[in-house]
Amino acid sequence: MSKAETKRRILGPLIPRLTSLAKKGPSGWMVIIGTIIVLALVIMTAIGPWVTPHDPTKYHGPIRTPPSLQFPMGTNHLGQDMLSRILCGGSLMLQVSALSVLVCFLIGVPIGLFSSYIGGIFDRTMSLVIDAIYAFPGLVIAIAVAAMLGTGVVNMALSIAVVYIPSYFRIVRSQVLSIKELTYIEAARAAGAKWHTILLRYIFPNVIPSIVVVASINFADAVLTAAGLTFIGLGVTIDIPDWGWDLTSGRALIASGAWWVITFPGLMIILLALGFTLIGDGLSELLNPKLQR
Amino acid sequence: MSLLEVNSLTVDYPTSRGTVHAVEDVSFSLEKGETLGLAGESGSGKSTLGLSIIRLVPYPGVIVKGRIKIGETDILKLPEHGMLSIRGRRIAYVFQDPMTSLNPVKRIGAHFVELIRTHEPNTSREEAFQRAKDMLKNLGILPERINDYPHQFSGGMRQRIMIGLAIALNPDLVVADEPTTALDVIVQAKILDLLESLREIYGMALILISHDLSIILERCNKIIVMYAGHMVEYANSTELHKSPKHPYTQGLLQSIPNIELADQKLSAIPGSPPNMLDPPKGCRFWPRCPYAKKKCSSKEPPLIDVGNNHFVRCFLYSEKGANSE
Repeated sequence: MSKAETKRRILGPLIPRLTSLAKKGPSGWMVIIGTIIVLALVIMTAIGPWVTPHDPTKYHGPIRTPPSLQFPMGTNHLGQDMLSRILCGGSLMLQVSALSVLVCFLIGVPIGLFSSYIGGIFDRTMSLVIDAIYAFPGLVIAIAVAAMLGTGVVNMALSIAVVYIPSYFRIVRSQVLSIKELTYIEAARAAGAKWHTILLRYIFPNVIPSIVVVASINFADAVLTAAGLTFIGLGVTIDIPDWGWDLTSGRALIASGAWWVITFPGLMIILLALGFTLIGDGLSELLNPKLQR
Repeated sequence: MSLLEVNSLTVDYPTSRGTVHAVEDVSFSLEKGETLGLAGESGSGKSTLGLSIIRLVPYPGVIVKGRIKIGETDILKLPEHGMLSIRGRRIAYVFQDPMTSLNPVKRIGAHFVELIRTHEPNTSREEAFQRAKDMLKNLGILPERINDYPHQFSGGMRQRIMIGLAIALNPDLVVADEPTTALDVIVQAKILDLLESLREIYGMALILISHDLSIILERCNKIIVMYAGHMVEYANSTELHKSPKHPYTQGLLQSIPNIELADQKLSAIPGSPPNMLDPPKGCRFWPRCPYAKKKCSSKEPPLIDVGNNHFVRCFLYSEKGANSE
């Protein structure tokens, strides 16, 4: 196969696929809109530092100015420009949620696969541990772990990952339990396939659709948990612009009538979580063969 | 030397309510190119017998006794990784349900390529792909469809693909476990014809498992009739058709409709198969047997040689049999 042909085979169906997504009804549109929201926020955050009218960490005009031409989203109690902070403030949240989803995926999926495939005592022990984690309210565990690990992007991601590994584990485990009893697994075994071939080539690909759905919902939750962590001060240091921090400072200011400090970052967090949720819900309907017409 | 030799094989399923002897003391042998039919009703142990030949008896089943030899190799003595080169390469298995026997996320070609390259690592991907295309031609499926997914094929085509996968490596023996049960009668005949013609081309032996004695009589050289885990009769097919000895086999043959007879009434075997947790004492068939005597309910009949390579597990023939008690 030539290179050009490979390229055509990969790129060729992409645009028809996107348009066919729209034809699949509401769930297709949910995925499209969600993807547009998330992509827009990612691009905004990526180019944010170059397009800000003011330095988001420096003190500019007077404190607590309401939205005006010079400061379209007003300034906070330190006199920082809110628009600049909004433009750059998503970076931490996106990094943390992406990293935590990656960690969850890399840990939750393999242990789910192994535990369920091997079964027996190993599976029971793993399930017990995972269920114990699952029983706690997510934010409480995240706060506890974050308090132990300290601040920073990686530590935040790890503490969020601890909360969401159980969702991956449970989904993967239950799927493997049903898949491994199917005839094609037995047929593969009867054809002399090794156990790791069966696990990686026969079981894993059939679990991927469910994992994709969990991952996109996990993204939305991670965004909210990350916001929660920075809100209570377990996130990052104050010199990095972050929507979660602005919520904290805005909360103190709302009594004095400065609504703009908390409203705009709050809206951004909602928008990001909404984007991921739309993708997740849409995908879960699209990828579920039983719901397809 | 026989291709396959099974000696006094016993397979148990230990359950919480007692042990089920799914297969008890079964012995037979199979030569190169021969076809053996395993007939019996659901739960008679025919699938368990088939699966134990590739040592894949489902949990909690265990092979407790016996010897299974394929060529020179005693497969019950092999370590688990040694079985990997037997399964698929020397003994292939075709499962009952073609709808779920193929991996739904893999293209048909990939199934062949993976199978071939698992057992022949030196074969290049292109070569394996070419062999897959040739095989599809043999199966009566357009080679262009090699990149289609399993769900794009009909049930009959999928079963043909399964058969193609089974013989792709030219195994010595193919075990087909009710290969046509999920298919309609027309497709059933086509599949069996295909299996037979491929068996002739490739010269492999075949074990055909079915609950349908008429299929087995038509397609097999040798026949084993199973009842409740016991081999009740063993003969070649013409012999069995001409003079069935065991009352159970007679009952089965009488329950096959015959369009040439004026009297269209079918005779059925009264009663139902025994509870395998608590099988009847003595001969397992006696509660349903029209010829049952007192002796049948207390003592287990041995396998009796009635001559002409015909064996039957029934006291009716003990006075004629060579090794009577």
